[in-house]
Amino acid sequence: MSSRKIRVLVAKPGLDGHDRGVKVVARGLRDAGMEVIYTGLHQTPQQVAETALQEDVDVVGLSILSGAHMTLAPRIKELLCENGMEDVLLLVGGIIPEGDREKLLSAGHADQVFTPGDPLDKITAYIFNQFQESTSS
Amino acid sequence: MQQLVEDLMSGSRRAAARLISLVENDAPLKRELLKEIFPHTGKAYVIGVTGAPGSGKSSLVDCLLQQMRADDLKIGVIGVDPTSPFSGGAILGDRIRMQEHALDRDIFIRSMGTRGSLGGLARATREAIQVLDAFGKDVVLIETVGVGQSEVDIVRTADSTMVVLTPAGGDSVQTIKAGIMEIADIFVINKADLPGAERTATEINMMLDMKESDQWRPPVLSAVSVRSEGIGAVWDCLKDHRRFMEESGRLMEIRRERVRRELTEQVEYLVKNRIWDQVKEQIELESLLEKIVLRREDPYSAAYELLEQINFYSEG
Repeated sequence: MSSRKIRVLVAKPGLDGHDRGVKVVARGLRDAGMEVIYTGLHQTPQQVAETALQEDVDVVGLSILSGAHMTLAPRIKELLCENGMEDVLLLVGGIIPEGDREKLLSAGHADQVFTPGDPLDKITAYIFNQFQESTSS
Repeated sequence: MQQLVEDLMSGSRRAAARLISLVENDAPLKRELLKEIFPHTGKAYVIGVTGAPGSGKSSLVDCLLQQMRADDLKIGVIGVDPTSPFSGGAILGDRIRMQEHALDRDIFIRSMGTRGSLGGLARATREAIQVLDAFGKDVVLIETVGVGQSEVDIVRTADSTMVVLTPAGGDSVQTIKAGIMEIADIFVINKADLPGAERTATEINMMLDMKESDQWRPPVLSAVSVRSEGIGAVWDCLKDHRRFMEESGRLMEIRRERVRRELTEQVEYLVKNRIWDQVKEQIELESLLEKIVLRREDPYSAAYELLEQINFYSEG
């Protein structure tokens, strides 16, 4: 009878005010059957982590276009871990230079990075892959 | 599981969040969990907020949270948004207006998708309320999906129900239709700075005049939630209504009614499951379906025969 759904928090941390991209992604995830929680703009890392906790999400997607990803992503990862949510998938999307992408991934500050040009299918397929075992059981 | 309930009682927000997920996902443990939690429930006062999409329910809840915190209450919020009937997915956006309160340790906000339920609430809203109640919240605020006219599940769940309207929401016949207009304990006309607010208030009052006098006449209030105007009066009114419910004995009455309904639903659920288990065990359903599809058998007799085959009628 169990009917698990993948819950995703999509958040705009920091000071950038452009949310077209994140809304497109949110809609894509919705169409793939996920429950998507959107917080709105200008969230602090603390707000993002606390929301992830209360909403008990499986995935946190950060949309960052401001260039502050090397500060925001590690901070949010740290706060998620403090909350006992180290298992939550942390995805970063936005304007992320190739070099920074490598750094985020190798330091474990993000599980995956998506940039402009990545099709929506790639994001949903990535998420489904990560949860294949837990959702089919 | 025991650990999770203990953590909940000791104030772990993580435990509260996990427990809500478990009941929402119909986890095999659900029944056991709810049984553990039940003795700790019954303290929270449940307030429902309903109204059309875009009437300002979330913003109003946001403003009310401020008032309630000033009274030093601990609050749980459940925001319900629609699940897509096509993909099963949902965008849950009620929090956007409430993020100011995200870091307040005494406020716990949870978004839920309706997941197939049609009455304006999520399937597991009631169970989620129980978790927040046991968690020690004094008040649980439920924001329904944006409803049209007859999605009135909230009235069976909340102790006080607030209906949020906006000015110029149609002619006066709209106010005498059945459904959502009948369930309000309090009417709030939000966005009252727009033209037509007074007329809307008059029309609602005229509708209320037509009703036989009751002990509680729903007040019609005006508010502008984006400017936090009129919110104090709304909160005072909610407190008045709670006092009325408690002093008049209405609260015990509706809670008793709720228990009766829940018990009935539980029994029906168990009976239904038991019967279907037996049916699936003993009967090849697909070939029977095929017969009905080919019009060789009618579904009415088929249902009867099906129950006869599992000896449903003979035992009594």
